[in-house]
Amino acid sequence: MNAGIMTEHVDAVVIGAGPAGMAAATLLAERGAHTVLLDEQAAPGGQIYRGIEQANPALRALLGPDYAHGAALAERLRASGAEYRPGSAVWNVTSERYVWVIRNGAVTSLQTEVLLLATGAMERPVPIPGWTLPGVMAAGAVQILLKTASLHPDSIVLAGSGPLLYLLSAQLLAAGTTILALLDTTARRNELAALRHLPGPGGWGLLAKGLKLKAELRAAGVQTWRRVTDLRIEGKNAAEAIHFTAAGHKQRIETTLIALHEGVIPAQQITRALGCAHQWSETQRCFRPVLDAWGNTSLPGILVAGDAAGIAGARAAAPAGRLAAAEALHQLGRLTPAVRDELAAADRRSHAKHLKARAFLDALYAPPVAILRPADDVVVCRCEEVTAGQLRSVARQGCQGPNQAKSFLRAGMGPCQGRLCGPVVSEILADSLGRSVQETGYYRIRPPLKPVTVGELAGADTDDPA
Amino acid sequence: MHSTRADSNFSRLPDPRPELHFSFEGRRLPAHDGDSVAAALLANGCGPFRATAVSASPRAPWCMMGICFDCLVEIDGTANRQACLVPVADGMRIRRQHGARTL
Repeated sequence: MNAGIMTEHVDAVVIGAGPAGMAAATLLAERGAHTVLLDEQAAPGGQIYRGIEQANPALRALLGPDYAHGAALAERLRASGAEYRPGSAVWNVTSERYVWVIRNGAVTSLQTEVLLLATGAMERPVPIPGWTLPGVMAAGAVQILLKTASLHPDSIVLAGSGPLLYLLSAQLLAAGTTILALLDTTARRNELAALRHLPGPGGWGLLAKGLKLKAELRAAGVQTWRRVTDLRIEGKNAAEAIHFTAAGHKQRIETTLIALHEGVIPAQQITRALGCAHQWSETQRCFRPVLDAWGNTSLPGILVAGDAAGIAGARAAAPAGRLAAAEALHQLGRLTPAVRDELAAADRRSHAKHLKARAFLDALYAPPVAILRPADDVVVCRCEEVTAGQLRSVARQGCQGPNQAKSFLRAGMGPCQGRLCGPVVSEILADSLGRSVQETGYYRIRPPLKPVTVGELAGADTDDPA
Repeated sequence: MHSTRADSNFSRLPDPRPELHFSFEGRRLPAHDGDSVAAALLANGCGPFRATAVSASPRAPWCMMGICFDCLVEIDGTANRQACLVPVADGMRIRRQHGARTL
């Protein structure tokens, strides 16, 4: 690509320092592989254990034992010998396993024998009227402010469904936030569907945690509305109120801060850019890379572990990272198949254990159709301000899929490069065209995956003597 | 409890990390060492971070994890920086971003 760039050759590159990436890089390095762990954040932990090393004891106690669990993973990573490079933005990756990074304004490149992607999850976009207004945030964003900056909202309305929403509510109560209302969008039919997937005894722990959280919120007297529909945010230059329907009545609550959440989906920007095969999951309502039991993608030497492989939760991510790392060590010629299998046995059991309640959770917190395929006036592509109605209109004019929607409407061509609108665009076009989402497909993702300036690219040339 | 500006939606829990100062639109404001630029701006109630290139509509962070790009600001003269990914530093000069960046 650029003759002036020095390419560093290593055994393994792991992208993402959440639970899967920390566990994978740790095992690889402990077993002697020259391993580089790249992560965009300033410290290890990913989103789930964000700020885990610097959180003071009071904050750690407030965030709870599930958060504190990440400390041991970070500690072991630091001791492992893996080269951890925080503040690294990966802006290009190729199927020949070249990885291009911007770090501290400088462009560097690596070539690796095995590439392990542990890029985790992102919150599912929640396109409702008014969701682009300042003061409307993803629930995870509010939690990140608490984890990394000890910031808690003075008052807030939380709306949506899923484990994170209830956990965040309990954490905010403990921090002293006034929760004006919790608007639960879980539909009755979800509860009925979930009953068919009630986990066996091995999955009860997670369910008990959920019930305990909800009991805490009731005990605190949090105003909770159930079976909420028709969410809409009012505001001119920022959020001023939230409207909804519950118990057969239209309601309005004044608030300047709203957290929305409808679950999480795999971050697919890098697996898409690489051209890995993906499969639509009807139960998780998202695309996932096609993987074998070790995390191998359709491309040689490229593996995926953790929530980027499909949503399995934080506790399943670390064992998944080690499974993929064991396979990577085998591919590097450092483990025979027999030793790999033996090394992986405990992690396979642990991984399966943490998946026991998954089918139940997937059914219970299946996202409402109103956010999967929003009404015509709702902005879907936040960057280019393209509405659901415009997408339906170009589908009627013959637009055959997400990539044509780019040229018709510029949907997905703004700074976020389709990260937030991609899932919704695929759903809307599939519905309009009368096809499956699998057939409709997803945006083709091209580098640069992160903004890189001409100056930074030019800077990459500096070791050229000319 | 360390209070933040009245027009912020957020308050700070007791936070032992050292204080530093940055500027936003020329105003000198406090932050804690380890805050992201986005967290520092939200703590101070700085209002919208940017205006969109399409309709100049106001935006502030949605995701705080590098996905949404609605926190783009100008930092020390460089436009198009993701405020949620850049740690705030003493003396940093931050400005709102209006419309598309210029290269």
